[in-house]
Amino acid sequence: MLAWTIYISFAGAVLEVLLPKGKNALARWLALAIATAGLAIGVAGFIAGMGQGHVEIVNAAWVPSMGVHYLLAADGISRVLVLLTGIAAVAGVLFSWNIELRTNQFFAFFFALIGGVYGVFLSFDLFLLFVFYEIAIVPKYFLIAIWGSTRREYAAMKLALYSFVGSAMVLIGLLVAYTASGSHSTALADLAHAGLPVSTQMWVFPLVFTGFAILAGMWPLHTWAPTGHVAAPTAASMLLAGVVMKLGAYGCLRVAIALFPHGLDRWGFAYLGIGSWRDVFALLAVIGIIYGALVALAQSDFKFVIGYSSVSHMGFVLLGLMTLNQIGLDGAVLQMFSHGVIAGLLFAIVGRIVYDRTHTRQLAELETMHLARRLPFAAWAFVIAAVASMGLPGFSGFVAELQVLIGSWSTNPLWTAGAGIGIIVGVAYTWRALQMAFFSDVVPGAHVIEQEQAHTFAAITWPEVTGVALRAGVSLVVGLYPRILLDSIEPAVKALLAGGVQ
Amino acid sequence: MNYADLFRATLPETVLEVAALLVLLVDLGLLRKAALKTRVASAAWIGIAGCGVAWWAVYAAGHAGFSVGSELLLAGGRIAGVAQVGILVLTAVTLLLLVGAEFTRNAGEYVAVVLMAAAGGLIIAAAQDLLVIFVGLELLSLGLYILTAFAKKSAKSAEASIKYYLFGGMSAAFLLFGFSYFYGLSGTTSLAGIRDAIARSGPSPLLDVAWILVVAGLGFKIAAVPFHLWAPDTYEGAPAPAAAFIASVSKVASFALLLTIGSSWLPPQKSFDLRASELARQLHQYNPAWAHLALILLIVAAASMLVGNLAALAQVSVRRLLAYSAVAHAGYMLLGVATVPHYSIHVEGSAVVFQIPGNMGGSANAVLYYILTYGLTAIGAFGVVDVVERATGSDRLDSFLGLHKRNPHLAAVLLVLFLSLAGIPPLVGFWAKFNLFAAVLHADAGPVSLSLVALAIAMSAVSLYYYLQVLKRAYVMPAADETPIHAHPATLATLLLIALAVVLMGVFPAVLQGWIASFGA
Repeated sequence: MLAWTIYISFAGAVLEVLLPKGKNALARWLALAIATAGLAIGVAGFIAGMGQGHVEIVNAAWVPSMGVHYLLAADGISRVLVLLTGIAAVAGVLFSWNIELRTNQFFAFFFALIGGVYGVFLSFDLFLLFVFYEIAIVPKYFLIAIWGSTRREYAAMKLALYSFVGSAMVLIGLLVAYTASGSHSTALADLAHAGLPVSTQMWVFPLVFTGFAILAGMWPLHTWAPTGHVAAPTAASMLLAGVVMKLGAYGCLRVAIALFPHGLDRWGFAYLGIGSWRDVFALLAVIGIIYGALVALAQSDFKFVIGYSSVSHMGFVLLGLMTLNQIGLDGAVLQMFSHGVIAGLLFAIVGRIVYDRTHTRQLAELETMHLARRLPFAAWAFVIAAVASMGLPGFSGFVAELQVLIGSWSTNPLWTAGAGIGIIVGVAYTWRALQMAFFSDVVPGAHVIEQEQAHTFAAITWPEVTGVALRAGVSLVVGLYPRILLDSIEPAVKALLAGGVQ
Repeated sequence: MNYADLFRATLPETVLEVAALLVLLVDLGLLRKAALKTRVASAAWIGIAGCGVAWWAVYAAGHAGFSVGSELLLAGGRIAGVAQVGILVLTAVTLLLLVGAEFTRNAGEYVAVVLMAAAGGLIIAAAQDLLVIFVGLELLSLGLYILTAFAKKSAKSAEASIKYYLFGGMSAAFLLFGFSYFYGLSGTTSLAGIRDAIARSGPSPLLDVAWILVVAGLGFKIAAVPFHLWAPDTYEGAPAPAAAFIASVSKVASFALLLTIGSSWLPPQKSFDLRASELARQLHQYNPAWAHLALILLIVAAASMLVGNLAALAQVSVRRLLAYSAVAHAGYMLLGVATVPHYSIHVEGSAVVFQIPGNMGGSANAVLYYILTYGLTAIGAFGVVDVVERATGSDRLDSFLGLHKRNPHLAAVLLVLFLSLAGIPPLVGFWAKFNLFAAVLHADAGPVSLSLVALAIAMSAVSLYYYLQVLKRAYVMPAADETPIHAHPATLATLLLIALAVVLMGVFPAVLQGWIASFGA
């Protein structure tokens, strides 16, 4: 059943292309219908899959002579991320309600991207996974380059090239794994059991991991992320932060770690306490957490704050992956979901609700606008999002980051300490942005109030309210009752760990 | 020598020549007073029909080939069969693009020359003897020089043709010089005879000189660095259908020739008796002699990938961009050619059995897959460029501005074809690359070929940049001029079909692969 998420999305993309020009309202409603259908299937699949482990959906020979399968399956991790993609798609459509330029083309690219993302999360054949992974690259380019803002062509090209370089690294790894295992099959399970030599895994693992981690925003290869997020139209930045970065993290987990577990073994020597690729990537993750947070603290552009906060939060995911223990990996997957929901919400508020009314994202200018009074909905929505983003209890971020920290403590307490610093700086930059944008203490003079009353902002529309409610609600529900997702994630992670990792 | 056999083996070539004469007859005889449009269309359709009949003739000619005494002159089946059908199909597609073209008033002559050049291609694809190879190459090349110059009113076309001709003449001289060394070394002109003679005598410095001369000659045909200098000028100046023909049919024929030469270094029998005393020498001496050529090919391949992709980054003319990208694609394919004669050995009872690695006939089939799909994509790309060029008067990047508004279908075709050239799945270009690189690594997983494959993949990441430069203008940047561009319905239909084929072959890659394999390993 879950496979229909892919088909519906691609069919939606084709339908949108074929729509006659000028039927913008039709294009929007069609998009909402497609996205909602995808989400409904995702939810139904998630509920139906509870308590089940790995379930095969489709398994057909695609290129029989080379052992390439059209193999779609789902385990707990896939189901959670499909659910996230569904939420991101619906929210993305809702926050794109005001797109008037080439509306049907916008949604066509949007659904081509969404279809590719669904495909990656459900593919259990490496070749197929790679195909979907690359399908997702091109629509991103056009979404940003056509409908974006600040330096959009530069940002779009940078993002496309970074993604393509990353996928080129993955392709090399795929070819090596395929030929070294005797060219019989590209199914993930077959490759994992092929018994690749440790010496091969030692160099293929970092190659493939880095290739995927580029898209997960790993420092120092994260630089596409802030420029890309800022330039992208709101829905695209929601997708970038919400699901595309998760593609990278998911690839790191499902492909790099699961297929080349011996790449994480110790080298046999250590330099400055670093004795394996695991130490290297964990260190990069911790640097990413702190660096992203510190840079976010110094930004003058509201959207850049969120962009760098994504780098910081994705650092937690990568750190969680490198703990290689049950609780750390659980946390990493949960953080993927949590960040996907929260970052999408933050981008929606900054890019759509605030920017489309004030036409500025400069914190210094927003400070003079008294938005808390003039746009109370935006202010309170951002307060909720900020609290969730800071990782306060009651929201999903808290549970996820806590698990990552516990997992890393049992591996290397120094990592936990570094990540802890990142959390504190995280509170600082979120608070700073919150205060400067909405709750500035510049007292307005009487004539300013008059002026502001003369220029009221456009009213908040129903798609905005629905979108915010959807995302904030999901984060709250998962924060209050994390078992709803963890029950699915834990057995899948356990199976993955048992399948080769240590 | 049996003339009936010769007639049977050269039936496809004969069909093309007859069709060429028929075209001339109809165009210069019956339709002398007809409108240009009618003459172009009728010439193109007769040519296409000729290609269709010749396709049937390829099957009718069968797998036997043609030999004089014990010496095989023309091969049938496998590489020859696939390449011949490929040449016929691609020729027919370039003729379809001719239907809407306006660059010449001499439609009959144009189609006749195309068909004769294609006949040359068919001969090359099947040739197993140095002299036959040379005759075929000259037949093809002379046709191409004429086709390049066919836009008589365009100075660029004349310039391109003269450059092409001078380079071509020189490279033919190199090739012939190399062939004369082979004859001197082995006393025979047959590929199999040369292989046996060299296997007996072992590698020699003279052999290396001969290889280098041959690579220089054939490197010109496939536009590999450093023999690529003619390509940008020719692609830029030639009329678009002629450029498409050069980029596709001529490439298919030349790569088929390289594959034939490579395959001739495979052991002549499928198995040897273990007790035969000559066995050890057989096993060890075929590959070292080939290894020298493989090294030359790999150097040329790496240079082509680097120079082609990096030079393409700087181009403002889309035709020149396509030329440099063709250089790069030739580089990828040469990787495959270099590993064609790799085989694995296993012992069955008292016999040693040779096996080509991989499940699908090894690198040779992967290269065939690549060149056929690349040829089709290149024809489509030139078709789009031609339409845009005729509407805007230039093939510069900026003339593609706002193409999605001016002609959405054309823009969609451009998107599909260029993404396929860049190797984005699920388009056929991606599958061709994956198939090729997997075959190369399967034949030889050593550090050299691994790093060259890595270089190739890295370079295709570079190539995305310049393909996106064109697509960016078509889809992203604002149009300077929004008047619609009209394409001839036949041209547009052909282009849409090509794009559809590129998508379908990418989604169902096993179909074409199975068809190639059906010609036997």
